[in-house]
Amino acid sequence: MKKYDAIVIGAGHNGLCNAAYLAKAGLDVLVLERNPYIGGATVSRELHTGWKYSNCSYVCSLLRPEITRDLELPRHGLQVIPYEGGVSFTRGGDYFGNYGDHERQYREMARHSVRDANAYDRFSANVMRQTRLIRKYLMTTPPDPTSFKPRDIKGLLELAESFTDMGNEGLLDTLRFWTMSIGDYLDEYFETDLIKAHMAGSGIIGTALGVYSPGTAYVLLHHYMGDVDGSVGAWGFARGGMGAVADALASSLKSFGGEIVCDADVHRVIVKGGRAVGVALADGTEYQADTVVSNLDPKRTFLECFDASDLPADVVHRAKNFKIRGSSGKLNIALDGLPTFPALPKSSKLMVSDMHASESLFELERAYDDWKAGTWSQDPYFDMLIPTQVDPTMAAPGKHMMTVFVQYCPSTLADGPWTPEKRDAFGKTVLDKLARYSPDFKDLVLDVEIRTPNEIDNEVGLTEGNIFQGELTFDQLLFNRPFPGYAQYRGPVQGMYMCGSGTHPGGGVMAAPGANAAREILMDLKKPNVVPEGYLDD
Amino acid sequence: MTDALNKGSYDTIIIGAGHNGLVCAAYLAKAGRKVLVLEAASQPGGAAATREFHPGFRISSGAHLLTQLNPGIARELGLASHGLAYAARDLKTVALAEDGAHLVIDGASVSGVSASDAAAYGRFHTQNKRFGKVLDGFFSRRQPTLVDRSWDDAFSLLKLGWSLRRLGKDDMQDLMRVGLINIYDVANEHFDSELLKAAVAMDGVLGSHMGPRSPNTVYGYLHRHIGDAWGNTGPALVRGGMGALGQAFAAAARGFGAEIRCDSKVALVEMQGCRATGVTLESGETLLADTIISNADPKTTFEKLVGHPSLDAGFSRRVHNFRSRGVSAKLHLALDALPEFTGLDGALAGERLLLAPTMDHIERAFNHAKYGEYSQAPVMEVSIPTVHDDSLAPAGKHVLSAIVQFAPYALGQGWDTGKQAFKQLALDQLEQYAPGIGQQLLASELSTPVDLEREFGMTGGHWHHGEIALDQALLMRPMPGAHQYSTPIPGLFLCGAGSHPGGGIMGLAGRNAAEAVIKHQSNGKERAA
Amino acid sequence: MSLRPHDERMVMPTPFAPRVAALCQTNDWYTWAGYTTPNTFEEVGLEYFAMRNATGVFDLSPMTKYRITGPDSEAFLNRVMVRDVRKIKPGRVGYTVWCTDEGMVHDDGTIFHLADGDYRLCAQERCMDWLHWSTLGFDVDIADETADIAALAVQGPTSCATLRNMGLSGIENLKPFGIATFPFNGAELLVSRTGYTGDLGYELWIDAGQALPLWDALFAAGRELLIRPVGSEALGIARIEAGFIMAGEDFVPAEQVVRHGRARSPFELGLDWLVDFHKGPFTGRNALLKEQREGSRYRFVILDIEGNKPANHSFILDKHGRTIGHVTSAAWCPTAKSNIALASMNMPWGRDDDEMYAEIYYNRELAWTRLLSRCRVRRDPVFDPPRRRATPAQNL
Repeated sequence: MKKYDAIVIGAGHNGLCNAAYLAKAGLDVLVLERNPYIGGATVSRELHTGWKYSNCSYVCSLLRPEITRDLELPRHGLQVIPYEGGVSFTRGGDYFGNYGDHERQYREMARHSVRDANAYDRFSANVMRQTRLIRKYLMTTPPDPTSFKPRDIKGLLELAESFTDMGNEGLLDTLRFWTMSIGDYLDEYFETDLIKAHMAGSGIIGTALGVYSPGTAYVLLHHYMGDVDGSVGAWGFARGGMGAVADALASSLKSFGGEIVCDADVHRVIVKGGRAVGVALADGTEYQADTVVSNLDPKRTFLECFDASDLPADVVHRAKNFKIRGSSGKLNIALDGLPTFPALPKSSKLMVSDMHASESLFELERAYDDWKAGTWSQDPYFDMLIPTQVDPTMAAPGKHMMTVFVQYCPSTLADGPWTPEKRDAFGKTVLDKLARYSPDFKDLVLDVEIRTPNEIDNEVGLTEGNIFQGELTFDQLLFNRPFPGYAQYRGPVQGMYMCGSGTHPGGGVMAAPGANAAREILMDLKKPNVVPEGYLDD
Repeated sequence: MTDALNKGSYDTIIIGAGHNGLVCAAYLAKAGRKVLVLEAASQPGGAAATREFHPGFRISSGAHLLTQLNPGIARELGLASHGLAYAARDLKTVALAEDGAHLVIDGASVSGVSASDAAAYGRFHTQNKRFGKVLDGFFSRRQPTLVDRSWDDAFSLLKLGWSLRRLGKDDMQDLMRVGLINIYDVANEHFDSELLKAAVAMDGVLGSHMGPRSPNTVYGYLHRHIGDAWGNTGPALVRGGMGALGQAFAAAARGFGAEIRCDSKVALVEMQGCRATGVTLESGETLLADTIISNADPKTTFEKLVGHPSLDAGFSRRVHNFRSRGVSAKLHLALDALPEFTGLDGALAGERLLLAPTMDHIERAFNHAKYGEYSQAPVMEVSIPTVHDDSLAPAGKHVLSAIVQFAPYALGQGWDTGKQAFKQLALDQLEQYAPGIGQQLLASELSTPVDLEREFGMTGGHWHHGEIALDQALLMRPMPGAHQYSTPIPGLFLCGAGSHPGGGIMGLAGRNAAEAVIKHQSNGKERAA
Repeated sequence: MSLRPHDERMVMPTPFAPRVAALCQTNDWYTWAGYTTPNTFEEVGLEYFAMRNATGVFDLSPMTKYRITGPDSEAFLNRVMVRDVRKIKPGRVGYTVWCTDEGMVHDDGTIFHLADGDYRLCAQERCMDWLHWSTLGFDVDIADETADIAALAVQGPTSCATLRNMGLSGIENLKPFGIATFPFNGAELLVSRTGYTGDLGYELWIDAGQALPLWDALFAAGRELLIRPVGSEALGIARIEAGFIMAGEDFVPAEQVVRHGRARSPFELGLDWLVDFHKGPFTGRNALLKEQREGSRYRFVILDIEGNKPANHSFILDKHGRTIGHVTSAAWCPTAKSNIALASMNMPWGRDDDEMYAEIYYNRELAWTRLLSRCRVRRDPVFDPPRRRATPAQNL
């Protein structure tokens, strides 16, 4: 039987990226995917005839440009079209619009508060300061503070140096930023509830915390640290949906000779003599390899794909305690035409931005209270886009696709497991809220795909449906991700590695975990490194 | 330099005779400073106070249990010789269950739970004690600054680094993880018993605008349990109420030569050429000194005593944004007899009693506070000191003191209308656990955060003088520009709970401040020389 | 500001837009603080010389303007600004900068003391956020009147005569940094003897609704005195010649700085003369005292550079070719016939007798040339005519 140099479990974007780099370095690589299609949560699917859309992740910003260039993803078909701005509607028929143009943004903010409009500059500068710090570490392996290895000590010293470079006040402000709630943070800048609510969304997306939970300011950063064409914080649409990212990565992988096998549900990592030697599928098929890389989340990896007896006890314990909470749902809506939002002026460019309808931090916090109580938010936060206004490939001309990301939706309900009826009730909550801001919307609906954490878990394989493969709280970031002592992509068993979003620097379709893991694997195999350095961003 | 400015007969004035002010005074006086402590109330002690709230019934009207008094300070100040006596020490914690299936925590052991929970608690307790030892090293010194650091700061950092390394890899990894997370997850990871989890969670949220699910509550727990690292297995009760502790601190300070003037409320810090040179009392009297140390909370100090106009605007903004939203009310009851808690052995009635059935219950109670409402089903920490101390009530009668949460300082409807209703909710809650307690009631009193603010001069009625959240703790406390006990105003220092390491009658803020002031002055002399 | 229908235009017209647009022959525009304003009207040289030789008119309506009133307005401003605001008497204007706690400059601007307890602050950058936080502890109101007040700079040797022609009698007696008001078309026209050109000149402030009548009256009065509208390019040359700094060019407003250390203190911008340590507390005082004690990081200088190639974006090198500073603004100055640059030098460079070279690149017919031009520090601006200060103002 053929023996591979490396097997990657899961053809999500990180698995594909990891495999592409291993293949680029000359390894014989096989990617095994449980589903009949690749991409994991980075997919475009035609679940309603004629509509091919991103049914999980839906916008693109964090995908590291170093990887895009190095793997020649544009040549392999990836095209990212930037969009800008956002809008939050009010029940009273007004809105707050966020524009890319500074002065237009200023005027719109000043319409609500002159003070806030000016404070936005201070806010942007401070967030940019934090962003610059973290961006340096996206394409690196986090140093281990408990280690005495020269490499780790050097890494820690460099980390300390980039901190001290910020000056004393700057450093303390950074520490504050990382430990504060997004609500408290925004309260220090803005007076207008609507503006705060608009800004706060990025602090809770995909996260089982409320706007007043400490640590959520960092989550905001996670959504601001990407860039499109060098414009930091900008987001874009992948033409053809997010599946284009996976397809381009797969095409790049294949160009280096890598293989992908779908419908291959990995059941076990085979461990012999304390070494990973291959994997066994659910149907009994076995594949052998010297290196096994898991793109699955830490819980699925260690609690489902290993015999507990093959693992050190602390890893099982830490995997159990790893926080990976489902908190988000999503509605994918096929539309017969473009709905109108009466609050917006005719042909407003805000139609092509992310749209929201939360007016205050309290409202958002109450949405979280519902989640804590084990139910979906009765008045949810949503992040809604109509990408077909930009992307002509997703639906027939004149038809539209609306993607509605919903926060909060629990993976387990207080009143028992999810049922189709409950899922529909969740969908109805969102649709009803939406219809309040767009009266003609319901008449245009052709099809609705309702996704709760339950669907995401079962279909994509993300435990509890957590979109980041683990909460982005500080106890699970940097050298703590996924667990302290295992943040350098190496698993607890020799020859076994992790490359998913559950590792540093986390989720959001960055592909950095996959690339970073490849660098570590190549180092262990004493192969020349083919993974690019992060851009110097002075 | 000193001669030119020293027009009074004191070189140091301390604003506020709360315990940290008194500790600071004692150490400075011990070091030869001429110290005057000015106190607004008619007796020293601050929130370490005993007050008669009903004829013949006295209560610790601020803090009621002593959990964190630093033993080194108690020894160095000779508090015992100055009258500090304990009515009880190392109290157990009883987590009350409505059905009477209580559990009892005594140091590292817990009864009333499964064997696995009991074992888990033991491990949890010992690990936290090890964490406490690391914190102790950090709490007992001026917090370092990370950039432009002095040798002293570098030494503090090395010491911290060393104590972390000494924890060993596993503990260090655990501390890095739990230090930032919430007590809800940690309790769930360790225990099965809901009641035990709730008891643990209470220690993470008492006095804080946080629920068990709020990140940072593990830090709150460790802060509260620092006493474990000093050899306590539970809180203590001061004979004569907390006021007696306040008196002992005052006697110790006087013993070293400090002078304490009560009924002397400071209205303003006097400034000359942008330097603090003295204080003016509400009476109009002005007193001058080289060094002014404020034991008042940061907001009171900077907003009222100094005033924003004398500060840099950026610092003003930091002061304004400092969060000190008190959420704890104090309930004081005069009782005709010892209340009977369902299923509770009478011998345990004098222990520390917790009324919090589950973590979700606490969380729901907290939810209200976020929106400016009081909890519909408040949670409580109850103490009946008269079980151990007959000096507080007539023979056979009792007083009950409880911390009741959550009672937000800025209650939407206002405390004028809300107070009576909230008190009733608290009494109803007690009645559920101690049926008939209502009939034993001779008098009752509820101190809302607004009342506590008035009684003790603490902004927001917050006993830590400001939220113990990580962005306001450790290196940052109380705020950049005023950490390390000095302030942007030359000659003005801080020594209160608003400073590192925070509140809870430890005395460390006062002692660290005294050391920082002495060091600052000797550095200044060196520079001048 | 109350809710009003949202305006989705990218840029706004200034109150003078109809007149400006009609005269802007080059159709060469840029966006200033959200407003469309011309880079040039016809030819930058003509416009520049109108300012230096006759009268140039510049639309400065987009300037940020805050009205500061209330019993504590003087104390408030005195706490915000590094200079002693109490010395700016009613009817006077004062140039000032304001700093962060760290002593780094937010912006520079002018304070108009309109009446007791009534001030206007004019600046390049918006600062409502900073002013708001500075109001803690003061009884003061701040209103943004940027959009409500139209403003024109009327600069040059015939500017006084032009205004007199317009009927502003006695204007010649207005002292530099003085304020006078005149009735105009039923409204109040406020005139200050201020400007950004270093020459005799005035700035006119009026209710936005009166903008067009004011423009028309001014140009009618000035026609024979060779009045001409000027765009930002010409003004840019004039201000460098006069040695004036500009936010965003010569320094980065402190709260917009992302990279630690990129902001500048007043000392580092050559504005030591503004800082008053004796007036009592003000924001940045502690930090500036420390800087005074321990030394600055940079020195701001005016450089006179050999040759005639403007030194925009140039590094300044020492004789060994090491970088010792960089140019923040530069221009060939047609009146002074000098090649002038404003530069930020690393300490201790920028002393009078330092040997320094500007590294200048220029392109002639696709051939890039690198010049190392000797620089000399100038103590004073290269353009500073006596008529700038003479009162009564000279006629022509």
